[in-house]
Amino acid sequence: MASIDTTVSHDNHGDHAQPYGIMRWLTTTNHKDIGTMYLVFALLMLLVGGLMALLIRAELFEPGLQVLDPARFNQMTTLHALVMIFGAVMPGFVGFANWQVPLMIGAPDMALPRLNNFSFWILPFAFTLLLGSLLTADGGPASGWTLYAPLSVQGGMGVDMTIFAIHMMGVSSILGAINIIVTIFNLRAPGMTLMKMPLFVWTWLITAFLLIAVMPVLAGAVTMLLTDRHFGTAFFDPGGGGDPVMFQHIFWFFGHPEVYIMILPAFGIISQIIPTFARKPLFGYDSMVFATAAIAFLSFAVWAHHMFTVGMPLAGELYFMYATMLIAVPTGVKIFNWVATMWRGAMTFETPMLFAVSVVFLFTIGGLSGLMLAIVPADFQYHDTYFVVAHFHYVLFSGAVMAMMGGAYYWLPKWTGHRYNETLGKWHFWLTAVFFNITFFPQHFLGLAGMPRRIPDYALQFTEFNMVSTIGAFGLGIAQLLFVYIVVRCIIGGERADARVWEGAEGLEWTLPSPPPAHTFTTPPKIA
Amino acid sequence: MSRTASALTPALAAALVLASAPARAAWDLNLPPPVTPLAAQILDLHNLILWICVVIFIGVFGVMFYSTYAHRKSRGYRAAQFSHNTRLEILWSVIPAVILVVMAVPSTVTLIEMEDTTRSDLSVKITGYQWFWEYEYMDSGYSFYSRLSTPREQIENRAAKGEHYLLEVDNELVLPVGKKVRFVLTANDVIHAWWVPKLGIKKDAIPGYVSEMWAVIEKEGVYRGQCAELCGKDHGFMPIVVRAVSAAEFEAWLGERAASAAGAAETVTETVTIHPGAAVSDVDSTVTVGG
Ligand code: HEM
Ligand SMILES: [Cu+2]
Ligand SMILES: [Cu+2]
Repeated sequence: MASIDTTVSHDNHGDHAQPYGIMRWLTTTNHKDIGTMYLVFALLMLLVGGLMALLIRAELFEPGLQVLDPARFNQMTTLHALVMIFGAVMPGFVGFANWQVPLMIGAPDMALPRLNNFSFWILPFAFTLLLGSLLTADGGPASGWTLYAPLSVQGGMGVDMTIFAIHMMGVSSILGAINIIVTIFNLRAPGMTLMKMPLFVWTWLITAFLLIAVMPVLAGAVTMLLTDRHFGTAFFDPGGGGDPVMFQHIFWFFGHPEVYIMILPAFGIISQIIPTFARKPLFGYDSMVFATAAIAFLSFAVWAHHMFTVGMPLAGELYFMYATMLIAVPTGVKIFNWVATMWRGAMTFETPMLFAVSVVFLFTIGGLSGLMLAIVPADFQYHDTYFVVAHFHYVLFSGAVMAMMGGAYYWLPKWTGHRYNETLGKWHFWLTAVFFNITFFPQHFLGLAGMPRRIPDYALQFTEFNMVSTIGAFGLGIAQLLFVYIVVRCIIGGERADARVWEGAEGLEWTLPSPPPAHTFTTPPKIA
Repeated sequence: MSRTASALTPALAAALVLASAPARAAWDLNLPPPVTPLAAQILDLHNLILWICVVIFIGVFGVMFYSTYAHRKSRGYRAAQFSHNTRLEILWSVIPAVILVVMAVPSTVTLIEMEDTTRSDLSVKITGYQWFWEYEYMDSGYSFYSRLSTPREQIENRAAKGEHYLLEVDNELVLPVGKKVRFVLTANDVIHAWWVPKLGIKKDAIPGYVSEMWAVIEKEGVYRGQCAELCGKDHGFMPIVVRAVSAAEFEAWLGERAASAAGAAETVTETVTIHPGAAVSDVDSTVTVGG
């Protein structure tokens, strides 16, 4: 424990036979290595998904077909979403959990280390299968990430590959979630009561339950799709007594909790960052925990707000409208708590804090447009337009992804033992924030003006804002190369970070040296 | 730093492109002007909730930005250490709840009205196909297909694009003003959605389902819309055009069309074959950049 400057390989007590090179990564059961692999994988997928987004935006730069034919265009929108959701955001958060949960609760490792290795190594195979679908004769899946039947019953082998890939990702997610729950329930250091856990751990605990609850639902939906496609069932085929709308109900029963799976850990990350740089305890810790639980609970009861236009009975529409609006209350509580945490703090604005503050600010724009989408008569106008596209990018990019970037800057010095270049970090932040808004804010106007989503070509009146959006997207994409550069530089070297890293940092991870040795908290720390 | 410069170059290029864009520049910021009472109600509702959201946003972030300005370490500010305030916490749970009720009331009223398709003057059945629409005047049984009429050359950048590029069809749906029109929607293959923004109505057309919506168009004119549910390759190429005319004109038009359709079945087949299989994307269009 005293070996502050030793590198990982010098410090593998007892683990003498630890393999090196590629075998180290293939066989590792160490939560830190696995966390790193998850994060690297997520970053890679962010770039792959980002490239697809740029192809989409290039096609939409001006009216007419230029870059992609309509079939390819649909495959790009579908795969962009699947890669970002299942490849970038979810594995990214699991990476954070792997690194941070044991360090934050004083555990020596994850509770189920071999399972941990397995759940990671499923992913490269799943995504090879998913992306490989592009090479088949009929191309990749083209029905949108929502895979609505009967459209998804059409399409070739690419759709089947997607279905199997989703099964694999589901298994990976469920195993990861089980591991996190078991770790949190069993490996907390003595004295680390549930209500003393850092908020990041809380949000992941709740997220893990959501995952276990809904990933099987998605697996069920795509399995029925598979049997409809190949084995003569007619779950979603009205011609055989089935029901296309049932697919949507099942999908969104997964889909809405899924969006909270993608945002709750982000809430956790910024709940760690803001108190650190405000040098002030998190405001309303208990209400944060309860609000998170309330959001998770409500998320099971609002799914049909994605389906207002299918023609539900009036009572159903009213119910789903009211229930969805209700989510705004616990969400608001969180935002107010973050602002109150900042209030009368002694703030500094290093890169992680810049990201955290802008997440609060920009996520709220998405939250408010979500509230507007909940209003059924208005949603009839917004639904399936660029207004919805703007909404979910404000919550997913400037919520989930930017929170992860903030978290990366926050914990990188701890993980690598080096400080990243603060000037470049700030440049990355401002470029990201500015280009993000240039890309997505105009999409609100496009949606209101009547531009449907998922179209490869559009009427002339939508040209101007689409051009602005495409320019923003390329700026946003290029800015992320800077991020990769900063991260790589930080891993290779840089100014040494001390154990505390940030002046205002509180929590067990900051009591360990930076970087922490391979095995930490082999004897549990004492919690005051 | 050089990366910053490279990021800004496209922005400059774009500024030039935009500055030189023709005068038609449409920087519309809000829903289009409504032509039905329901669309007008939706616009009011939209404006109401939008402004409520804007006010909340400015309030919350006014406080936050004041704080980021005033409560800085660099200004010598010393951090307070409070972490609870029960009164405040109750207040900021209750006030949003009250605001939600304020939003819910008019939404409920409008929604109830939208779902009331009774007492209609005429019914039109809309069927979605990959990738065109069929309209049937249910009282007379007269029906026809409606397809994109934009020439392929325009889509493939081999000809200048017309004013109503992608929003024009061979056979428009003609409707009378001042009448309550009930739309009955279904689909033949996959799910589509019928949407005309100025009419304020959008609903999915689902195979095996029949759903309903209604509109009273108050102003004569041509109103354009698009399919709003991803329905495959040419989802972006199945527009909707509604021509609203006076009731008398409508009766005359429908009478003539229905009569000739009954007299000679060719009329219908003729309209079908104008743009056979208007699948725009069959032709390779992946190379012509910029056109
Ligand atoms: C205040 C909270 C929120 C409310 C009230 C809300 C409401 C809604 C509604 C009603 C829709 C359906 C819009 C439509 O298709 O017509 C929607 C779409 C969506 N929302 Fe939210 N939302 C909220 C927060 C979030 C969060 C936190 C996320 C993710 C991090 C999210 C991600 C999405 C996504 C991905 C879609 C589009 C799904 C699709 O059709 O592909 N939302 N939201
Ligand atoms: Cu939802
Ligand atoms: Cu469509």
